[in-house]
Amino acid sequence: MLNNKRHYLLVTIIVLLSLVTAACGSSNSGGNGNKNNSSGKETAAPSATAEPKQEENKAEGGKVEGGSVVVSIPQDLDYLDPHLAVAAGTQEVLFNVFEGLLKPNEKGELYPAIAESYEVSPDGRVYTFKLRSGVKFHNGNAVTAEDVKFSYDRLAGTATGKPLSPAFNSVESIEAPDASTVIIKLKENNTSFLTSLTAAVIPNGYEDSNKNPIGTGPFKFKEYLPGQRISVEKFADYYVKGVPVLDKVEFRIITDPEASLLALKSGEVDIYPRIGTEKLEELGDDFQAVSAPQNLVQLVTFNIDRKPFNDIKVRQAINYAVNVDEIIAGVALGKGTKLGSNLSPVLAKYYQEGLEDTYATDIEKAKSLLAEAGFKDGFETTLSVPSNYQFHVDTAQVIAQQLGKIGVKVKIEPVEWAVWLERIYKGRDYDLTIIGLDGKLDPYQILNKYLSDSPNNFFNYKSTEFDSTLQSAVAEVDDAKRVALYKKAQTILAQDAAAVYIMDPNLNVAINKKLAGYKQYPLYVQDLSTVYFTN
Amino acid sequence: MNYFVRRLLTLLLTVFFVVTLTFAAFRIIPGNPALTILGTEASDEQIALLEAKLGINRPLPEQFIDWLRGAAALDFGQSLRFSEPVLKLIGDRFPVTISLALLALTITIAVAVPLGIAAARSKGKAADMMISIGTQLGLAIPSFWMGIALILVFGLVLRWFSVSTYVPWSENPYLALKSLLLPAIALAVPQIAIVVRYLRTTLLEQLNLDYVRTARSKGLKDHSVLFRHVLRNALLPVITVVGINFGELLAGSLVVEQVFTLPGFGSLLITAIGNRDYPLVQGMILLIAFIVVAVNFVVDLSYRILDPKIRMK
Amino acid sequence: MNKKASFSLLLGIAFVALLLAVMLTSLFYTPYDANEMNIAERLQAPSAKHWLGTDNFGRDVLSRIMVGAQTAFLVGLLSAVIGLVFGFIIGTAAGYTGKWLDELLMRGIDGLLAFPGILLALLLVSIFKPSMSQTILAIGVLSIPSFARVVRSGVLQQKEAEYVKAAKGLGAGHLHLIFKQILPNMISPILTTAALSFSAAILIEAALSYLGLGVQPPDPSWGRMLNEAQSFIRKAPWFTLAPGLFIMVTVLGFNLLSDGIRDLRDTRQ
Repeated sequence: MLNNKRHYLLVTIIVLLSLVTAACGSSNSGGNGNKNNSSGKETAAPSATAEPKQEENKAEGGKVEGGSVVVSIPQDLDYLDPHLAVAAGTQEVLFNVFEGLLKPNEKGELYPAIAESYEVSPDGRVYTFKLRSGVKFHNGNAVTAEDVKFSYDRLAGTATGKPLSPAFNSVESIEAPDASTVIIKLKENNTSFLTSLTAAVIPNGYEDSNKNPIGTGPFKFKEYLPGQRISVEKFADYYVKGVPVLDKVEFRIITDPEASLLALKSGEVDIYPRIGTEKLEELGDDFQAVSAPQNLVQLVTFNIDRKPFNDIKVRQAINYAVNVDEIIAGVALGKGTKLGSNLSPVLAKYYQEGLEDTYATDIEKAKSLLAEAGFKDGFETTLSVPSNYQFHVDTAQVIAQQLGKIGVKVKIEPVEWAVWLERIYKGRDYDLTIIGLDGKLDPYQILNKYLSDSPNNFFNYKSTEFDSTLQSAVAEVDDAKRVALYKKAQTILAQDAAAVYIMDPNLNVAINKKLAGYKQYPLYVQDLSTVYFTN
Repeated sequence: MNYFVRRLLTLLLTVFFVVTLTFAAFRIIPGNPALTILGTEASDEQIALLEAKLGINRPLPEQFIDWLRGAAALDFGQSLRFSEPVLKLIGDRFPVTISLALLALTITIAVAVPLGIAAARSKGKAADMMISIGTQLGLAIPSFWMGIALILVFGLVLRWFSVSTYVPWSENPYLALKSLLLPAIALAVPQIAIVVRYLRTTLLEQLNLDYVRTARSKGLKDHSVLFRHVLRNALLPVITVVGINFGELLAGSLVVEQVFTLPGFGSLLITAIGNRDYPLVQGMILLIAFIVVAVNFVVDLSYRILDPKIRMK
Repeated sequence: MNKKASFSLLLGIAFVALLLAVMLTSLFYTPYDANEMNIAERLQAPSAKHWLGTDNFGRDVLSRIMVGAQTAFLVGLLSAVIGLVFGFIIGTAAGYTGKWLDELLMRGIDGLLAFPGILLALLLVSIFKPSMSQTILAIGVLSIPSFARVVRSGVLQQKEAEYVKAAKGLGAGHLHLIFKQILPNMISPILTTAALSFSAAILIEAALSYLGLGVQPPDPSWGRMLNEAQSFIRKAPWFTLAPGLFIMVTVLGFNLLSDGIRDLRDTRQ
């Protein structure tokens, strides 16, 4: 294998960090090394950009060093151990404490973090990483290749045979030939694997992560009071100079949205992510508001195994009858991006444009399609909706009313979240349901739910064309071809009317006016490293 | 004494019955706490791992016996969702609910007793009518709507109270009282109506009794008769009513808490049910059942001790 | 006493009749379709077009309140029927046979009564899935004890009455005794209890729906409307008033009715 190395088409991604010193202040205009050094052909590696420089200065006043910020989060963490944590709500907090070889930025692109550069073999099966020098764990030890090997072996379950993370299923071996080199070999080509390498690197042999997590991120863990809060503080030895600015961040668990709003208003909380649009409007000009698509796909899914949804005409009819614009206006108060397939335009590179008009509202057409399918007088069906998400419950009410116009009588069945997950998502026992599917950085990890044999294919969608398209997309090393295949996969979903794709609702964040530098990610992430106070 | 032992046993049996039913019911209904914690992206392995960690993959009888054994030693286990001891979570939330209920109780007695006396003394007059209309309204207003109306008037229009910010007693007793006052009023209104009506009736009954007529004929002044003799006898049944209604008050505060978003028992119970957080639900139900049963027992006991007529039976 | 009694009764009848009229009207006429949404006209203040304004989907609040009356009456009526039927069976069984069956049934009833109604309803409804039928069932179960107690004490009293003893002496069967001799003399207390249970049911349904556990959208329910309205209390305060007012008037009506029937009986005796 090593001999083959020189045959590799080398793609070295050189990262130019913008060095921001405290002295630079807000007037920094340091080199934004956004240089994509793709020497030669396109490869499987997503284009890596240099880490974004510290800008985004929205407030006027000058930058203040230090300070302490409280962020309200709606739920408790499942684990502190980053390899065990699955809940999105946990990931968004731990993002500040842990880093992987790679790290996503606010555009959803990957850039090297603990790694400095990497190469991918032409067959896409061997990844070679050069580690960045000077990266330290929160306990003061320098990060070595052994730490990376230990961490990713743990995730891949090399020793136990049971991978902690399904994304690491395809790992064949992880080697650390020297202190600053890591080589990962895959069983098969998998272009979506790279995004898995954002997984946390922890110290070699460290087993106490769930009590006292140690990572390499901009903040180090300080204290966790279950059900109440998790506090992190500035990691002074972070390898990016001038980051983080804040001394301390507390994530306070406030489950009630009304209570979060009040805490924000009273100044107890500085940042309130995922605030409802209604509440955001109510705040007016007293707070900064950030509102942007969040890479979430809200959709109505059909149980395609069940009559009448096994008939594509019925699914198309329903697509024609649902007026997405009305839902966006009424439920999201206009703050949502219309979708046509299961991918948000946030992933601009892979997003197939134009699909959102595949089924422009047309009641007459919907009726005639229903008649063709043998349901001239419509039919009755049940729309199950997770009752804890008012957003989906509201959407369900609008949709029930819209489908009434083509004679489809919809009974709304609110189900508890626990029941939704068990009966509908895992058990696939439903007619119609509404849900928001979390976005990932890689389109494969979003679209693979539709694969015929996916355990999470709760649509019961089966299409050999889609399967082969998506499988060849993930194995395709050529960037342009891969993008085209992903776009085709989206088109297939839209044409098959696999679901009613509604919108990517905006994620709203309300922020104390004294703060600046907040960046919103197309991921479930709260990045506090760039946030600072102004005077 | 035999009676009390029997009664106590029945009551304890009731508590056991409630807890067993809760346990059984929540295991039968759909919903998997591990899934709820992990969400949609978890693999089957990850779910199995968490189930094992939470201990919810063991046979049900084993889980139940384990839980009972723990409960006997006042260890109610760990909350599945919050990974904290159930007892601690309850300890955090319960003071809010109980202080709300107690404050409402205080308001009830402070307002209802004078009103009840006034109504009885002015029987048939305008004041009696006014109070009677008031109590009818009080009984008809849903306490949670009363709460919303109070928020609207005092919180948003007059801005006398900062609505929905709970301050713990330990932090600032004055602000704590202030944050609980509106919900306590909302909770107290129907109770006041009940007690006023009850007190008025018992007072009128007493006033018609022989000893009052005798006292009056001896030339004792009306109010001294009222306060020396009548009220003392009339208050006993009132205390009973208040005692029995304490359970309602406690349950009512679960709802009113939601209106004012107080971090009390109500929201915890509803989230725990939604998350299928079995140990937490069981612990809370056990506590509520115990309180209700204990209050009933004490009321029963005091009634029998205080009222010689019943004791003789 | 008499004057006041008839006053309560009349006022109660008036309120209940008014709501009944609203409810019946809603069966064939509402100003707008109660579920018709009009996003462009959301959260409008009361006006000539929408007398009670519109909700967060632009639905007409008055129409929804009118249809909500159906929910309230349905829940009140059906749960009272459940309570009455089972309460009657338990009450007669306990009162008529006496002895250990009486002791057993009444202990059970005491146990049920000891628990706060709303809490039991909350548990029952969340164990089964929240819906209108579950709500009715849960509230029905809750109203069994009060019916059972009233029926039992009535049966105990009547059992000893001369005419019942006489009929028994003539060889009348148990069912004949219960339905022909005893029941007709218990109509008044049963009606009193029924009216009270009706208003209690409406209050509990409203509370459950307010908590999101009772009647589910899009079925209009006054409690549910309050739940939705509270999110918009700053933007549309009027929206929180109307549903609550209707709950209050309904409960008041049935309470007065109950009082009125009881007072009527008291004065007669």
